Amino acid sequence: MSDKPKGKLALYWAASCGGCDIAVLAIDEKILNVAEAFDIVFWPCAADGKVRDVEKMDDGSIDVCLFNGGIRTSEQEYMAQLLRRKSKVLVAFGSCASEGCIPGLANMNTRKEVFDTVYKEGSATVPENPQDVRPQPATKMPEGILHLPVFYDTLRTLDQTVEVDYYLPGCPPEAENIWKAITAIRGKGVRNLLCEAPEGPSRQKVPDTFSAVIGLNTTVCEECPRKRGEKKIKKFYRTWEIIPDEETCLLEQGLLCCGIATRAGCGALCPAVNSPCIGCYGANDGVADFGARMMSALASVIDSDDPDEIRRIIEEGIPDPVGSFYRFSLAASQLRRKKKMQIA
Amino acid sequence: MADKIGIYVCHCGSNIAGTIDVEEVARWAGKNIGDVVVSKDYKFLCSSLGQQMIEDDIRSEGLTGVVVGACSPHLHEKTFRNACKRAGLNPFLCQMTNLREHVSWVNSDKAAGTKKAKALIFAAAERVKRQKPLEPMEVEVNPATLVVGGGIAGLQATLELADAGYLVYLVEREPSIGGHMAQFDKTFPTLDCSACILTPKMSEVGQHENVTMFTYSELEEVSGSVGNFKVKIRKKARYVDYDKCTGCGICTEKCPRKVIDDVFEAGMGYRKAIYSPFPQAVPRIPVIDAENCTWFTRGKCRVCSKVCPTDAVDYDQKDEIVELNVGNIIMATGWKLFDCKRIPQYGFGRLANVYTNMEFERLCNAAGPTSGKIVMRDGKTEPKSVAIVHCVGSRDVNSNPYCSGVCCMAALKFGHLVLEKTKAEVYSFYIDMRTPMKDYEEFYQRLLEEGMHFVRGKVAEVTDAARKPDEKGKLIVQVEDTLLGKQRRIPVDMVILMGGLEPQADAKELGLKCGISCSMAGWYTERHPKLDPVATMTDGVFVAGVCQGPKDIPAAVAQGAAAAARVAGMIAKGTVTIEPIVASIDEEGCSGCRICNNLCPFNAIEYDEEKKVSRVITALCKGCGTCVAACPAGVITGAHFNNEQIFAEIDGILWDAKPQAEVEIASV
Repeated sequence: MSDKPKGKLALYWAASCGGCDIAVLAIDEKILNVAEAFDIVFWPCAADGKVRDVEKMDDGSIDVCLFNGGIRTSEQEYMAQLLRRKSKVLVAFGSCASEGCIPGLANMNTRKEVFDTVYKEGSATVPENPQDVRPQPATKMPEGILHLPVFYDTLRTLDQTVEVDYYLPGCPPEAENIWKAITAIRGKGVRNLLCEAPEGPSRQKVPDTFSAVIGLNTTVCEECPRKRGEKKIKKFYRTWEIIPDEETCLLEQGLLCCGIATRAGCGALCPAVNSPCIGCYGANDGVADFGARMMSALASVIDSDDPDEIRRIIEEGIPDPVGSFYRFSLAASQLRRKKKMQIA
Repeated sequence: MADKIGIYVCHCGSNIAGTIDVEEVARWAGKNIGDVVVSKDYKFLCSSLGQQMIEDDIRSEGLTGVVVGACSPHLHEKTFRNACKRAGLNPFLCQMTNLREHVSWVNSDKAAGTKKAKALIFAAAERVKRQKPLEPMEVEVNPATLVVGGGIAGLQATLELADAGYLVYLVEREPSIGGHMAQFDKTFPTLDCSACILTPKMSEVGQHENVTMFTYSELEEVSGSVGNFKVKIRKKARYVDYDKCTGCGICTEKCPRKVIDDVFEAGMGYRKAIYSPFPQAVPRIPVIDAENCTWFTRGKCRVCSKVCPTDAVDYDQKDEIVELNVGNIIMATGWKLFDCKRIPQYGFGRLANVYTNMEFERLCNAAGPTSGKIVMRDGKTEPKSVAIVHCVGSRDVNSNPYCSGVCCMAALKFGHLVLEKTKAEVYSFYIDMRTPMKDYEEFYQRLLEEGMHFVRGKVAEVTDAARKPDEKGKLIVQVEDTLLGKQRRIPVDMVILMGGLEPQADAKELGLKCGISCSMAGWYTERHPKLDPVATMTDGVFVAGVCQGPKDIPAAVAQGAAAAARVAGMIAKGTVTIEPIVASIDEEGCSGCRICNNLCPFNAIEYDEEKKVSRVITALCKGCGTCVAACPAGVITGAHFNNEQIFAEIDGILWDAKPQAEVEIASV
């Protein structure tokens, strides 16, 4: 690795919790190898740096940008466009950038509803707001006009905003996967890596043989050691309702385990500790809509022919279908968001 | 290689061209859809000239895909696929889109119809570009056939096949074959004795070397598909050893327990707890009715066992499951009588001398409980007047909207028998007299001449509440005589209700087992109501007789023979072509979650315990797509229906839709 010239690496965060940045550090001492291989030219979470410095860089001068977080504000949109322009390889790093993740669940509401919750109804961040002050994109002050980024109605994923070359799934990606991705990108060890593809990867439209996701193309069950049988489910349980048997498939015990639909790579960490998979690694290749796949699969194994009983099984066992099946992927799903009311 | 798509829009005379501007659609498609090199409209594409045109274009233009906008693929998909094949293009690179049933026949607005036709053509073109050449597969046809139901339709089918030299397994639910026809006295309009013409066929089936009968048995499970079905038959415990019993009947004679026979005698007579339903039963092996047998209910008796000369009675017998391999299945499961108690105003079950048609069949049957004497419930008094009420549970929105088809003729037959055997006056209360088949109308004329009285009107009520002295002790039929235009009350001694034909109670369930569906009324759905009346949408499953819809004996027999002919044709050919539209599992991607394992209606998915992956058995797969939709990992692909093709089709349909612009408002 050291015989190659040093590459330039940027890391950025948008609408995310910060966990992805911490996850980069979770590769432990290997971060030193990263520093050895790359000049880290921009990483606001860890090192001082200014947007204007990035603006001054030549287009395409950054080799790899690991971008985490979804796009919720005009500032994040600008940064996504800027870093896209400056980077050879743009990686949607983690679930938020890839598929919206938890911030994307706000797509079940409008901006007004989000603001009402935060600024009106009294929250931890704004306990009192008698004048109902809302963030304004432009505020006139005696000294001049103050600007805040525009808060968009809908959270978008990174690839709904700019073209993305690779995706690294996970909330956050496991350290092992991050290290593999970095070494692959640096060493061009992954087949079809951007630099080797003659005209660059076909963005948006992914051909059959090309996977833009750096990860395995099978699901968590592959890595899960539990015993699996044919599935027939009479009742769904929420995690606090039962203590599951430690050897049998959690889904067969009625827990909403998303492992059947979730891309492998994490090592089935959650099922290993008796907790159902919640789907943070997202959908497998070729799956257009994670939640629809989960619902279709579960609907197929509910063990009843009686419509009333089926309705009862679903209503009692799955009180929050969006939260259960679209927890990570709502913004990237085919529905993307709750339908907006038409303003007459 | 770039796609070269040919688009063909059919006028279908004025069927399509009347509501769609087909010339405009063809012109537009040629200009606006990518990769289209030929786009034509034609008067009748299905004509040989139309097909020739497509073939010529494929050869001269080197087309890589063909879109035909015409009628339903049910009708002509084969036609156009074959045309492509003749010209050297893989038939699965031909896509039909239905402009007739889906657009012109359901639409009267030409502008809207034309717009919709364009969208459908666009969708088909986008789809066909992504279709892959597929090769059909051949599988061998098992020459054995399963016939379900031993009524006249099933017997006919069985004999036709067995006589042709093929093995037949015949399953019958009751202890004897024969079905409803065995219960009848005479058959209309010829008045020949029902048993006399039926029983020779029954014994022929019973003795045929190519027939294996499973009486007192039911169809338990069907798996597999055309050519290679696996079926499970439940042989219900008879408690009599089939091989030891000689059918001497001494057990029945000595059995001390008498039970009302609700099935064969329609409640008009008795049978024993160990019984054979009627003297000519095939097989002659009796069964023990465990619910009523004294040994089974009270642990005493065992008379039958003691008297049996061959020691054939076996109280410990259990139900037995037999597994069979067959190539085809003929469903001939028949019908049940409408429950006349559902029309309480007609008094059946409440007024003693109100009879159902099936009760009356037994009453006037020489082998029946009264040896054919027509007497009232007291068992001795001959009626002086008899009313026959038509359409009980037929042609009535409150029960069944359909016409049962046979009751008018049966009513005429009853009228004749009453006139022949008694001095009674006979009244027929009909809505319309339906006598459309050969010699039926002549039979009606005969009854008019014989003096049967006909009253046109739907009976309102049958009551014993007398208003006038001459109504005392009588049943009064209240009816509006629509020819006279007035209400009438006609006092009679006996009323016969012509109950309609209904599907068997478990017809739907049984149909599901072999993958065939029922109409709204509950009759099995044939492949085409006119042109394919005995085949079903499931290859290798055929229907015959009343289970497909009400019909008389000649029609049931004809259908039985027709179904047998279809099956014989398949056996003679030896192989069937299976559509290559099947599912396949990417074993690399399959994590063995086993969601799909239980779902396949054709049992075509197996789980490999060693590799921990699921696999599709191609020969059994029918390409229904159930597993494709269910696979949470998205690693099951349905050939000809993969995501890329379906999304392209949807995008094509929405060719003129603009994505709703995200309107972001700067101020809040």
